[in-house]
Order: sequence, then structure tokens, then C-alpha cells
Amino acid sequence: MRAAVITFPGSNCDRDLAVALEAATGRSVRRVWHADTELPDVDLVGVPGGFSFGDYLRCGAISARSPVMDEVRRHADRGGYVLGICNGFQILTEAGLLPGALVMNAGLKFVCRTVELEVANGNTPFTAGYAATGSVRLPVAHHEGNYVADGDTLDRLEGEGRVIFRYRDNPNGAARDIAGITNERGNVLGMMPHPERAADPRLGGTDGMKLFQGLAAALG
Amino acid sequence: MSEVQGTRARIHIRLKPGVLDPQGTAIARALSGLGFDGVGDVRQGKLIEIALAETDPEKAKAELEAMCSRLLANPVIETYTISLD
Repeated sequence: MRAAVITFPGSNCDRDLAVALEAATGRSVRRVWHADTELPDVDLVGVPGGFSFGDYLRCGAISARSPVMDEVRRHADRGGYVLGICNGFQILTEAGLLPGALVMNAGLKFVCRTVELEVANGNTPFTAGYAATGSVRLPVAHHEGNYVADGDTLDRLEGEGRVIFRYRDNPNGAARDIAGITNERGNVLGMMPHPERAADPRLGGTDGMKLFQGLAAALG
Repeated sequence: MSEVQGTRARIHIRLKPGVLDPQGTAIARALSGLGFDGVGDVRQGKLIEIALAETDPEKAKAELEAMCSRLLANPVIETYTISLD
């Protein structure tokens, strides 16, 4: 699997994501600046966490209109894979690549802790590494991780198996405990928890690494 | 940003009814705590003031509409109203 990671002004998980992807694939990861108008020929584009553009206006709103996002959209339309984590998830919803929106945590507080997730759909390339387990532990760190969408959209997401991860103990009020969803085609995943922060035993866990390894194995 | 002499506009962005507004809830609670009785639902929105070079009100409004739909408001969770000063 060849991968690229985008950096927006304010991204702070881009390097961690690139390091995790390099460890999982054994290949170097291409780094792309948000103002770039071309993407390298890759299988996966990572849209990392952070506080792009200072979270001004709405989290991810300004980044979603960055020049590179037109290329990310084309990549997804061609069937290429996209993984948005935390702010990356917010960017993908703002860009219209995923439905719904992320709003302020119901408890008003920034939550920063490790949470337990149910792998709600283990039958995707993103969850191929979790075939043997129904449950994973990943860190969350966000203030606007409360997933909202209208009832019809939520029903469709659940009915089509597009809810990929669910919180066992919902930290932010997200509708139907949703922690991660895919687009209709299943090649774009957005998730609030940070797999790249659980990709090395020295970081306290390797559950996140399984996502990258499973994806690398599934995409070849 | 440069000085612009033309139209001044205000865009008022609100969360749609039904979208949880924890900030509004916190404000309502704080007002009750200060002894303001009878405070019901509180919703917090945002106000964006924009100076435009365009002097024709119709054209200005069309431009502001485009700004709202392309960036300023998220139709999934927000509604907006545009007013010219």
C-alpha cells in the first residue's frame, strides 16, 4: 500500500500518522501540503488530526476548501481510499465526503482519554486487522467530536453497515454512539479516535497499528 | 485586509432547531445561577460582519449567499440570515 498524508496549517498528528503508516507498510509515505494541487499516485490518503486553521469558523471548514481537497475528492471518486482522523474526520464531513457533522461535545469539555470501541463492522478493509476482535482501545482527544446527522441519515448509515466504530462509553454525546463512519462506497473512513496514537507499545497500545496493518494487507 | 468602501453586511448564523447547543445550555444555567428567573431555552449563534466592495445591494446579497453556501454556514447543522446595513 502506498500512502500520502496531507498537512494543513495547524495539523499536529500528520507526522505520527506518517510514521505509523511507514511502520505498517514498510514504505515511505508521501507528505502533501494543503495548498498542493496534485496528489501522488497512492492507494490511501490520510487526513490527519490537529487544529487546522485554528478551528476558526467551524472545525475543518476552512481546510475542507483547501486546494488539495479537490484532488482528495477525485481520488475518492476513483475508488482510492481516504482515512480522516479527528480533525480529519471534521474536514471530510465539511468537504461533503462524509455525511453529517461534528459539533461540540455534549459535556462541553475537551475529552482526552483512552476509550473502548466496538468494531461495528469488521468486514471492511479499514477493519481487516480486527477480524479476531470485536473491541479495541484507542485514545480520543477532541472538543468537537459529537457526531450529528438527521434521523434518515443515521438509519441509512446503520442499515448499510457504514457505522464502523461505536463508543462503548460515549465520551461526547455522539448520535447512536458513533465514533467512525464510511461513505456509501466504503472507501472513505472518518473517525474521531486516534489509531496513530496507539501504534507503538511505548505509546501504551498497539490497537491502532492493527488498523494500518489490516488496511495495508487488504490493499496490497 | 484592505479598507473597503461599499456595502456592510451582517450574517447571523444559528444552529438548526434540534441540534444540541451545549453552549446555550451552559449560558441558561449560568443565568439561572445569577438569579434571573424565568430563563427558558438559550441558543448561541454567531455574527459575521463583512465589508464588501460591491455597492449594488442585489449583487452584494448574491455574493453573500454564495459565501454562506460555500463556506460560512454548514447546512447540515446551521441556518443563516443575511442583512445589509
